[in-house]
Amino acid sequence: MAEQTLPDAGAPVAATRGGLRQWIDDRFPFSALWAAHLSEYYAPKNLNFWYYFGSLAIVVLAIQIVSGIFLVMHYKPDAALAFGSVEYIMRDVSWGWLIRYIHSTGASAFFVIIYMHMFRGLLYGSYRKPRELVWIFGCLIFLCLMAEAFFGYLLPWGQMSFWGAQVIVNLFSAIPFIGPDLSLWIRGDYVVSDATLNRFFAFHVIAIPLLLIGLVGAHIIALHQVGSNNPDGIEIKANKDARGNPRDGIPFHPYFTVHDLFGLSAFLTIFSAVLFFAPTFGGYFLEHNNFIPADPLKTPPHIAPVWYFTPFYSMLRATTTTSVHLWMAVLTAAALWGAWSLRRRIERLVVLAVGMAFLLWAMATVDAKFWGVVVMGGAVVSLFFLPWLDHAPVKSMRYRPKWHLSLLILFALDFIVLGYFGISEPSPVGYWISVSCTFIYFGFLWLMPWWTGLGTCKAVPERLVYHPH
Amino acid sequence: MTHPFRWLLRLALALGLSCGAAAAQAASEQASIPLEHVPYRVNDLLALQNGAKLFVNYCLNCHSAKYMRYERLRSIGLTADQVQEYLMFSEPRLGDTMKVAMTPAQAAAWFGASPPDLSVIERALASHRGSGADFLYTYLLSFYRDTTRPNGWNNLVLPGVAMPNPLWPLQGERAAKFAFTNDPASPGLQLKRFVDYEQLTPGSLSPTQYDSQVADLVAYMQWMAEPDQLERKRLGVIVLLFLALFTFITWRLKSDYWKDVT
Repeated sequence: MAEQTLPDAGAPVAATRGGLRQWIDDRFPFSALWAAHLSEYYAPKNLNFWYYFGSLAIVVLAIQIVSGIFLVMHYKPDAALAFGSVEYIMRDVSWGWLIRYIHSTGASAFFVIIYMHMFRGLLYGSYRKPRELVWIFGCLIFLCLMAEAFFGYLLPWGQMSFWGAQVIVNLFSAIPFIGPDLSLWIRGDYVVSDATLNRFFAFHVIAIPLLLIGLVGAHIIALHQVGSNNPDGIEIKANKDARGNPRDGIPFHPYFTVHDLFGLSAFLTIFSAVLFFAPTFGGYFLEHNNFIPADPLKTPPHIAPVWYFTPFYSMLRATTTTSVHLWMAVLTAAALWGAWSLRRRIERLVVLAVGMAFLLWAMATVDAKFWGVVVMGGAVVSLFFLPWLDHAPVKSMRYRPKWHLSLLILFALDFIVLGYFGISEPSPVGYWISVSCTFIYFGFLWLMPWWTGLGTCKAVPERLVYHPH
Repeated sequence: MTHPFRWLLRLALALGLSCGAAAAQAASEQASIPLEHVPYRVNDLLALQNGAKLFVNYCLNCHSAKYMRYERLRSIGLTADQVQEYLMFSEPRLGDTMKVAMTPAQAAAWFGASPPDLSVIERALASHRGSGADFLYTYLLSFYRDTTRPNGWNNLVLPGVAMPNPLWPLQGERAAKFAFTNDPASPGLQLKRFVDYEQLTPGSLSPTQYDSQVADLVAYMQWMAEPDQLERKRLGVIVLLFLALFTFITWRLKSDYWKDVT
């Protein structure tokens, strides 16, 4: 083998040390990774309360994986045994009740944290350039998380598990042409059954967790490439000291590790209070009906998904023939406005007219249930486009007009109201509120190119606003 | 000058009013009799033991509790010998679960329905009306004689239920008196409203004693639905105390690291 002398530019000569650390570094870039992601990863100094939820999400993911591994040791993915095996975990397995409650409370905690984390992104414009991919990976994580929760909810094989899965899988049958075959293919049977339970188990314990871990890795790598945003929405990399470190930044380790450790202990206190004193959370984290074994012959009078899906479920329920007509009116108005701005380009105008005519025809003929699925899916998919919908000249709500913040709070309240009516039994009042809230939800997102450009923003300071504590 | 966020307040008010309207509508659909609040006795070993005795004697003939092991009764202060001698009638071993000899086919023939398993029934029956224990307590106290029913019994909480009153020797037989009024909304229909009970034959217990026995039985079923519930709360106190201390330490640690950051 010819001896090669490669220039070793990265490693300073003085850094050569003996011992285990050096032994590892010769074989695996441990010190380099440690430095790049922790000890020399500079994060903005002024990260506030909202920035706890990122690290908390990772901890909850770890909690779910570890508790999940122990649950799988005792759980039986079999329609005849599943319900009993969960009771076996609750009664006969040592500390089984604790592991099960950790996992069930963890599922709800995960969604609380993710919703807070996403709200933070909206509040400070964390999805804006250059963090578009961080946001998109995040949206993919959210999608995976929803899939993970949906598949996992079938496993206890209670009444709500069964009928919830039945309702959601049946939604796919609303897709024109392929729908009935598609839902049959997903279930593996004509109703939710043992075959469905087995495949949902496979998705829940291996397929989706693998995807989730990969996406979380990509999310963090993308974040560390561009650096964290901050409540001021300023790029700290724009202002560096002589050594090339951001003046407004501080090494993640040890400063943010101790910071997040405090956040974690506060979170664990709340988490444990729920886990030990209200594990069912009044029927919201573990639904009452789910303590009855699944019975394909008895439909519960009121089927509601778990709380974290209810805003989207509410949009689904609000999409009826009447609201499809409203959508047609709204989309026609949008198309007319588009036509006006394209009036000098005849080819594009024709494409728009034909496309719109087809869409209106489809909306008038295809069952409203299908459009409900489109609206529900669209509510999640719309989030992906946020980096390109927001045209505000500054990122953070701190320096945007006050009414921008009011709109964001309205959007958050709108989401909560949708959630409330998704849990409640159907009523005419609830229906109309859900319809209005659905339009507010989509209006907030898709009218962003218009409203985010309005109003005058305040001057963004050169340096971070940081108050020593 | 009006406040710039006044429209937000108006919207919140409108939403609040309509939520209230929705709640009022839901209330009118509820079953007519409200649930009675059961005394909490899950932390009372004597009540649980008495409840277990009532359960195996009166419930376990038709209903199973197939996830509940007899052995578990040792954690309500009974010895293995006591359990085997006084509470086990059909199963040979202490580690067996509370199964029942009646088959689903027999159940269908005798009652027209299969009696549900009672292991976790207390948790399943919780609703916005009250806890599962409240439901069971009110249900077990609301049986009355009804000659129009196949088995001669009916219940105010679950009208038309297939289950007869197993505790009738203790309570005695009662009839229910109803008042009928014309429904103003739909002529020809009558509204049936419960007024009072009428004691037909005396039971072996006074009404007060009977209520207390049922409360013990319900406490047992509440305990059986989650036998580790008291252990869970005990451990929770310790965990929260530790976390309070840990949060204090991490708070001081964080402050110490950050005190020089300017």
